Amino acid sequence: MEATAATPDSLESSSRLWSWITTTDHKRIGILYGATAFVFLLIGGLEAMLIRWQLMKPDNDFVSAETFNELFTMHGTTMIFLALMPLSAAFFNFIIPLQIGARDVAFPRLNAFSYWVFLLGGLFLNASFLFGAAPDAGWFGYANLTSIQYSPGVNIDFWAMGLQILGIASLAAAFNFIATIINMRAPGMKLMRMPVFTWMAFITQFIIVTAFPVITVALVFLMFDRMFGANFYNPNAGGDLLLWQHLFWLFGHPEVYILILPTMGMVSEILPTFSRKPLFGYPVIVYSGILIGTIGWGVWSHHMFASGMGAAADTYFGAASMLIAIPTGVKIFNWIATMWGGKIRFTTPMLFSIAFIMLFTIGGISGVMHASPPTDLQQTDTYFVVAHLHYVLFGGAFMGIFGAIYYWWPKVFGRLLNERLGKLHFWLAFIGLNVTFFPMHLIGMLGMPRRVYTYSAELGVGGMNLAATIGALTLGFSTLVLVYNIWHTAAKGEKAGKNPWGAATLEWAMSSPPPVYNFSVIPEVTSRLPLWTVGGMNEIPDVPPEPIHVPGGSYWPVLAALGLVGFFTGALMHSLWVALAAAAVLVVSVFKWAFEPFEM
Amino acid sequence: MNLDRRSFRRANQLAVLASAALLLGLAGCQGPFPQSTFSATTELGEDLSGLFWMIFWWGVAVFAVVQVGLIYVMIRFRARPDQPDPAPIHGHTALEIAWTLAPAMIIVFIAVPTIQVIWKEAGTDTANALQVQVIGHQWWWEYRYPEYGIVTANDLHLPQGRPVELQLTSADVIHSFWLPRLAGKRDMILGRTNRLVFTPDSVGEFWGQCAEYCGTSHANMRFRAFVHTAADFDSWVAEQTSAPAAAETLNDLERRGLAAYREVRTPASNSCIACHAIQGISAGVLGPDLNHMGSRSTVAGGTLENTADNLAAWLRDPAAVKPGSLMPNTGLTESEIAGLVAYLHSLR
Repeated sequence: MEATAATPDSLESSSRLWSWITTTDHKRIGILYGATAFVFLLIGGLEAMLIRWQLMKPDNDFVSAETFNELFTMHGTTMIFLALMPLSAAFFNFIIPLQIGARDVAFPRLNAFSYWVFLLGGLFLNASFLFGAAPDAGWFGYANLTSIQYSPGVNIDFWAMGLQILGIASLAAAFNFIATIINMRAPGMKLMRMPVFTWMAFITQFIIVTAFPVITVALVFLMFDRMFGANFYNPNAGGDLLLWQHLFWLFGHPEVYILILPTMGMVSEILPTFSRKPLFGYPVIVYSGILIGTIGWGVWSHHMFASGMGAAADTYFGAASMLIAIPTGVKIFNWIATMWGGKIRFTTPMLFSIAFIMLFTIGGISGVMHASPPTDLQQTDTYFVVAHLHYVLFGGAFMGIFGAIYYWWPKVFGRLLNERLGKLHFWLAFIGLNVTFFPMHLIGMLGMPRRVYTYSAELGVGGMNLAATIGALTLGFSTLVLVYNIWHTAAKGEKAGKNPWGAATLEWAMSSPPPVYNFSVIPEVTSRLPLWTVGGMNEIPDVPPEPIHVPGGSYWPVLAALGLVGFFTGALMHSLWVALAAAAVLVVSVFKWAFEPFEM
Repeated sequence: MNLDRRSFRRANQLAVLASAALLLGLAGCQGPFPQSTFSATTELGEDLSGLFWMIFWWGVAVFAVVQVGLIYVMIRFRARPDQPDPAPIHGHTALEIAWTLAPAMIIVFIAVPTIQVIWKEAGTDTANALQVQVIGHQWWWEYRYPEYGIVTANDLHLPQGRPVELQLTSADVIHSFWLPRLAGKRDMILGRTNRLVFTPDSVGEFWGQCAEYCGTSHANMRFRAFVHTAADFDSWVAEQTSAPAAAETLNDLERRGLAAYREVRTPASNSCIACHAIQGISAGVLGPDLNHMGSRSTVAGGTLENTADNLAAWLRDPAAVKPGSLMPNTGLTESEIAGLVAYLHSLR
């Protein structure tokens, strides 16, 4: 396809289904990621509503024990792998190439493959509900509850294979973004001139490529145990149950930073824009991000303080975990200093970002509490930890992502989301999440464990659980306000123009939505804040001075993704023929993809 | 040293009271909170909650600094009409160093006492300790007292003032023993033995619960701990080590229960004796030992009071009381159930 001045608009020129299925445009793939992840967010949120309805009062029988266990397993798995990570990926896809002045990602078809594997992996995991066999061993799937002896159904197979599928999507995307950020920056876009969102995304990709292989190994062991009678997690045959826990958390703790670092990057874009000041301590924020990502690798066993690792291990993992508070604290102070002396506009993205700082701080403080192993002996596996992790992942990651949705929406779709509805969404979410999650600190300290489908009235936590349920319903409703806002502004939203917020970074130098070729001429930057600096970048004309080659679409990535997921489906069905046929589709697709002519 | 610790503990207790009053005020005072971590009754429990409150107050300080800072900035620096763009300040090295060092100092203040408590608990003397083997099952608790040859379930009995060493393991999946007012928690893992050492200081009834998700009825894996004076504990031991009453001394109803208990059913796994032990009758090990079932406070993994009605409901349909229960619905008649309830309650 030759895109010229005559066809400047990628998003509206061809809206046929086929062009979306075969697209390799990072912007369209970003939108696909975002839309899909948002649907999974609604599903995961619905699961949360059902969980809270069950726990509204003691001895409730709204759902059965079996259903409840499926709900909390799928809620955690969905929110982490199908909502938060891909929502971040949506922004990586759409924003990073624009922020670094690139035409696309390094491997556009691999990018499409990542998306389709993610979509099919998410459907694979949720298809378990149709067979009445949703995973039910928790998102952490501790061995040996996941063994064939204690979980004979296919529930765990859906989970273990679903996670492997999703891991492939994440790994492919991570390699792609590393290559993109290293190789495709515009002239003058030195590493230390990159916007902080791109920086945090960059760090995140390195965590993904190092963390996901670890859980893949753990899951392969599990599949060997379940399918071929291996004994990796069978203590009666020389296996070890803590092996799973070490492997899982060696992945699982870095995963926390995979979820939170991109959001820290988003907030680091939004706060300067609406304070009309550069980010305070840019290099320190970048280095502390690297430090968080690095130390995050050495603290995994703080999830296992109750497992009896001994005093030496407890000492090391306790102290190392506390260290993470230092670079995190540094970031928080730098964000406040960014606002200090600024000209603060309280737009919806800014409100979400400020709330991110407030709420993430609370999650950080409670995190230090159970970084202390003796304290953790009371707190681990109680509602205190549920409160902690939701302050980090909802108060932190999701509030930041909501802010980013309002911030970049006009760039992606050319229309602003409604500010009044946005502020309604914000206040409902802010109040709702505090009413939901703050009482959980106390519920846990007063003796309610996690993952229980029922509890005794005599524990005395019924009133607080009712409050949490009311908060959760408020939170659920707030998300519907966002849905309405999207629907409402699709037709009636205010046109955005190039730079509706007066922001400083490169993605705001082009029309909204961006043309298919992104920049009409390759930008050259001389500043970290090209749009706030006189002579910070060259002029980007609205019409390309000469035709720009844009690669066409390809259906091989979709077919390869179908082959991959089909292979796992065959394994799930214990059908060698389905697995082999699907593997053949995968191999042929990858072959055809590799030799596909560049011009189409 | 001793004085220091005592004054530390007193200051600590004051802080605990103040904070607990604050938090419980928020909670709407629904006490008495039988599983609360705020009302420790052992030195171990106080050490754990002492650390918690120490970190809590540091947390309050950090929380206050950040939130007050944010709110001040939001009010003071909100955009005003005709305000020129602010100066583009990019950073300040001295400030960066200051707010790197400040959290680092707080971490040291938190880490040092933390590490002290870790090594103190690791070095607790167990020479004279009462050893109790605690074995987790889906979804009930087995206790073995090797010193006395006692095997019991769900009710943990402990003497006041003597150190206790719990040796924790599992017969199946991972469980976690959590007795908040006495001991915090430790995981119970097949193939491993974890230890939890503490000295019960106060006589009373304490509630605990499994804290590691262990399958369908995780929520129903509860237990109670009873701390007795030394004399009361001795009489409990005497009761538990006594042989069950001879069949001749049973009344008609109880004898009907005994017959139902001994009956071999089809399938054989529906027979009581396949899984449960009663001295002189059966030696099953899959389910709780029933030698002194009548003296227990609860049935069904600690979820129901051990009343005749509750026990009958449990026997009638175990899965209705404890979903996923490994005790099958054995198809007992109402007459058998009435007999079994009377018989089991006679075993004291």
